[in-house]
Amino acid sequence: MEGKALQLQSEINRKRLLELVFKAKAGHIGGDLSCLNVLTALYFNTLNINPSNPADPDRDRFILSKGHCVEALYVTLEARGYYGRELTDTLGEFGSVLSGHPTIDVPGIEVSSGALGHGLSVGVGMAIAAKMDGKAYKTYVLMGDGEQGEGSIYEAAMSANQYHLDNLVAIIDRNHLQISGNTEDVMAIDSITERWTAFGWDVRSIDGDDVNAIAKALKEIDFTNGRPHLLISESTKGKGVSFMENVAKWHHGVPNEEQYVTAIGEIECRINELN
Amino acid sequence: MKACRKAFTETLLELAREDKDIVAVTTDARGSVTLGDFANELPEQFVECGIAEQNAVGISAGLAMSGKKPYVCGPACFYVARSLEQVKVDVAYNRTNVKILGVSGGVAYGALGATHHSLHDIAALHTFPGMNIVLPCDARQTSRLVRMLVDRPEPVYIRVGRADVPDVYENDDFNFEFGKANMLLDGSDLTIIATGETVYHAYHAALRLREQGISARVLDMAFVKPLDTEAILKAARETGRIITVEEHSRFGGLGGAVVETISEHPVPVKIIGIPDEDVIHGTSKEIFAHYGMDADGIVRTALEFVKA
Repeated sequence: MEGKALQLQSEINRKRLLELVFKAKAGHIGGDLSCLNVLTALYFNTLNINPSNPADPDRDRFILSKGHCVEALYVTLEARGYYGRELTDTLGEFGSVLSGHPTIDVPGIEVSSGALGHGLSVGVGMAIAAKMDGKAYKTYVLMGDGEQGEGSIYEAAMSANQYHLDNLVAIIDRNHLQISGNTEDVMAIDSITERWTAFGWDVRSIDGDDVNAIAKALKEIDFTNGRPHLLISESTKGKGVSFMENVAKWHHGVPNEEQYVTAIGEIECRINELN
Repeated sequence: MKACRKAFTETLLELAREDKDIVAVTTDARGSVTLGDFANELPEQFVECGIAEQNAVGISAGLAMSGKKPYVCGPACFYVARSLEQVKVDVAYNRTNVKILGVSGGVAYGALGATHHSLHDIAALHTFPGMNIVLPCDARQTSRLVRMLVDRPEPVYIRVGRADVPDVYENDDFNFEFGKANMLLDGSDLTIIATGETVYHAYHAALRLREQGISARVLDMAFVKPLDTEAILKAARETGRIITVEEHSRFGGLGGAVVETISEHPVPVKIIGIPDEDVIHGTSKEIFAHYGMDADGIVRTALEFVKA
């Protein structure tokens, strides 16, 4: 899927995300919205996956290291056909399979995550295993920009370079906000390109608010260059809901009835334009 | 006499020659783990992570999720502290087939001090659902353990020491079942339950007690989790007194688990281990003697206990 169709899919996922968070009365809506384009690009354009055979040994792997944005993953997996909306709608219910962070009990989820700074190491392990077995599958890891404070990430970054993991793609959702405010005020990371380049990675900045730009960048990755890849997805926290955009308090938060109606109206308006 | 770590890596290498999915992962510790031969012979099944335990455990989880059988090996003190969250989340919570070998556990590093001791590992790992904990007592049991675990796709923490240890088992023909205690001696006056390299001391203490007319049962509790609660309850019922011995803090380890087990059918219990203090500086042997964890100390405790 690409072009207008991919854009439309992203807006459909966005609308469903709002419905889900509003219904469950919980979720990390700001970061969900900033990374939704990446998830849509991956699951509807890039990943070699088959929802009817989620354990296919040759499938591409995706790890949501910024596990708190699981609601965006839930709606993406639902849209991709891993399960029906009746499962997604249990989010927030006592005893639901769906937690506030990813778990392997949910069809399509590869790794239980949520403690930050873990996903890249696990991804390095998967990428090493692929190399050992001579398999062509790729491993993708989505991290947050606030998450870059975790030191374990740099252990993983070193090892990915050491083992020439050109079958590994890390993506940073660079929305510039973390729970306490601007990332540069909390713990500056704006040397992100130089930093990862110095670690030996193949680094590229992309427009994370443009689902087609993300899909194109993912397609252009050279999986033979002997280097692990990093895409810095320059995005907007709360993307697609005007009153949530670039507002740190929407890191987590549930819209009230009036806000929900406004948000859905904005998204539906774009869906109508794309249809 | 042989070090358990050596028995572990020799058996692992033997199995890995026939199974290319077996992968050894380490953190600049191939020497202290004794993985040098493995690394030289099977470099394509060996992953060196440098001094980065968190990454090593995470990588191991990723390998396991991709069908590999990783054995992440290094000093116990670092794997169950520095990378504890990776053990909790990536290994236990994800139910991955990762085996963690903690070498030089307990006070094996002796005078290197508290940074290098691991007297908290049982306490910490015990509470992680799905995590198994085994402390083999000698080289033969370690070798049997490696063969037993290779076909069990679940997380296991194996803690061994550093030095050569005397044989508890003189040949390979001994009872060794997953999650089961092994009775080394039967007795009726008390039961000594030991784990890991303290089993040898417990056994010899019991032999000496026997000379003094005291009949001590000895249980080799290699598996601290899953714990053989049946053997513990039976010991409580039949011998009326229990001494536990472990190279671990007296809090939250084997002794604690035994007391939890018998809490509804209590009998007096003495827990031998390291008290809540900074461990005295000395060799591992001196530390054992100081805290009454060797055969002499166990005999002393048993005599007072039986007379009381």
